Amino acid sequence: MAYIVSAIFIGLSGASFTTYLAQSSYSDTSIRGFLETGQLLILLFSALLTMRLISEERKLGTWELLLTAPVREYEIVLGKFFSSLLVLSGMLILTLYFPILLMIFGDPDTGPILTSYLGLLLLGSASLAIGIFASSLTPNQIVAAVVAGGILFGLWFLGMVGNLIPQPVGEILSYFSLSQHFPGFVRGVVDTRDVVYYLSVTAVFLFLSVRSIETERWR
Amino acid sequence: MADATDEQPDRGGEVIKVASLSKSYGERLAVDNISFTIGKGEIVGFLGPNGAGKTTTMRAITGYLIPTEGEIWVADCNIRKDPLKARQHIGYLPETIPLYTEMTTRAYLGFAGKLRGLDSKVAQRRIDEVVEVCQLEEYLDVLTGKLSKGFRQRVGLAQAIIHDPEVLILDEPTVGIDPLQVVQTKAMIKELGRKRTILLSTHILPEVSLICERVIIINQGKIVAEDNIDNLSKILNTRKQLRLRVNGPSDQVRESLSKIEMLLDVSYHEPHHLLEFERDQEPQAEVNQVLAKEGWTLLSMEEVEMSLEEIFVKLTKAAEVEA
Repeated sequence: MAYIVSAIFIGLSGASFTTYLAQSSYSDTSIRGFLETGQLLILLFSALLTMRLISEERKLGTWELLLTAPVREYEIVLGKFFSSLLVLSGMLILTLYFPILLMIFGDPDTGPILTSYLGLLLLGSASLAIGIFASSLTPNQIVAAVVAGGILFGLWFLGMVGNLIPQPVGEILSYFSLSQHFPGFVRGVVDTRDVVYYLSVTAVFLFLSVRSIETERWR
Repeated sequence: MADATDEQPDRGGEVIKVASLSKSYGERLAVDNISFTIGKGEIVGFLGPNGAGKTTTMRAITGYLIPTEGEIWVADCNIRKDPLKARQHIGYLPETIPLYTEMTTRAYLGFAGKLRGLDSKVAQRRIDEVVEVCQLEEYLDVLTGKLSKGFRQRVGLAQAIIHDPEVLILDEPTVGIDPLQVVQTKAMIKELGRKRTILLSTHILPEVSLICERVIIINQGKIVAEDNIDNLSKILNTRKQLRLRVNGPSDQVRESLSKIEMLLDVSYHEPHHLLEFERDQEPQAEVNQVLAKEGWTLLSMEEVEMSLEEIFVKLTKAAEVEA
């Protein structure tokens, strides 16, 4: 499952990376092409990677094994989170050949490339947390994927809605949007607010996942 | 129970103590104020029809569900206040065998061991031991998803004992496997019960009498009877039941049969006549004679065991009469 997801992710990323370079007549030695689709691919593939993490355990009955083992709910959730983050990091590492190619054939600005990767990782961790939360809600992994997709793309497009609505409501909506905190990283700016935002989203949804599992015991 | 105390109860060899346990799912009360204790080394059968509350009770003991009311202690640990320590003492085989179908038996047991906090060296040793107990040597490197139902059950059992727990909770351990494997599984459970306390659930009566020393019968969330096997069968088997199929007009057949002296009761349930006698009577010959005299043919005659449903009716009635 993870292998297929990774392979397709790299294929699609590579395609967008190349297309962008070709369109700019190779004058812009940056990974912008990859980043543009990359952000959305991260959302999509996070939902796919996490959809079965808890749902499938429920379906197989192994959930009962985990919940009756001497481990705490948060340990289960963190275990799932970090292992999925590891897979996602692996996927990102495999895309490092884009900047490496640029370095061989051109002279890219390494600063923004590094911050972009940090941004992708942070966006990824937030997306994975949302995916795990969705997976904790249902034994059906398709439903989990749809719920995760709904939350992710909802939070993503919240920024666009925010831009249409007058201040200050619009600004508040924009603050909660996953998309509004990404451009800084692309420009090479690491703003604490952006980092805090992604880490908070991660923490909140992991917390909600733990609660969702805990309440299940009471039902 | 309001006065469920924080203090550990005086157990006197009790390993599992369930006090006033109730569990409701929304409006539906699945388990209704039940209490029982299980002593060290006992093998206890938890008997009841489907939906009686067996699984819910077991899930409460293992900590999978939190009781709506009541307290549970396992090996001196309160399952609510000290859940991790309590769970460490329990090996659990749920009704749905919890297998990761993409893992080999070896990998799966290794994971189960780690989950129970065994370090890898100990886990290795334990895998060798449980594989021997559950006779899984040849299937160590097979994906658990490719195993037959009987072997999956064994892997599930192996998983439950990987950390050498004091208490084993087995939910329907013999359901859906072929008769030969049922025999093997029973032997395995008996062997495991030599140094462990076991609570196993089933809805098959003869199964309990072969493995268990004591039975708790539960119906509609309540305990209807709790006793050792011998006493229970004394209560239950006071009568012998014969089921006949006769080629003749049912009313007349019943009338003729009712003249048999030792007969206690006769009834007709199409297409069978059901006759009841005292346990120690041997009425078959006389039944034959009566039918032969009238010129009817006896198509079949068999002694029937009381079904679980009948037992419940009987026990519930008995309980009402006592009250």
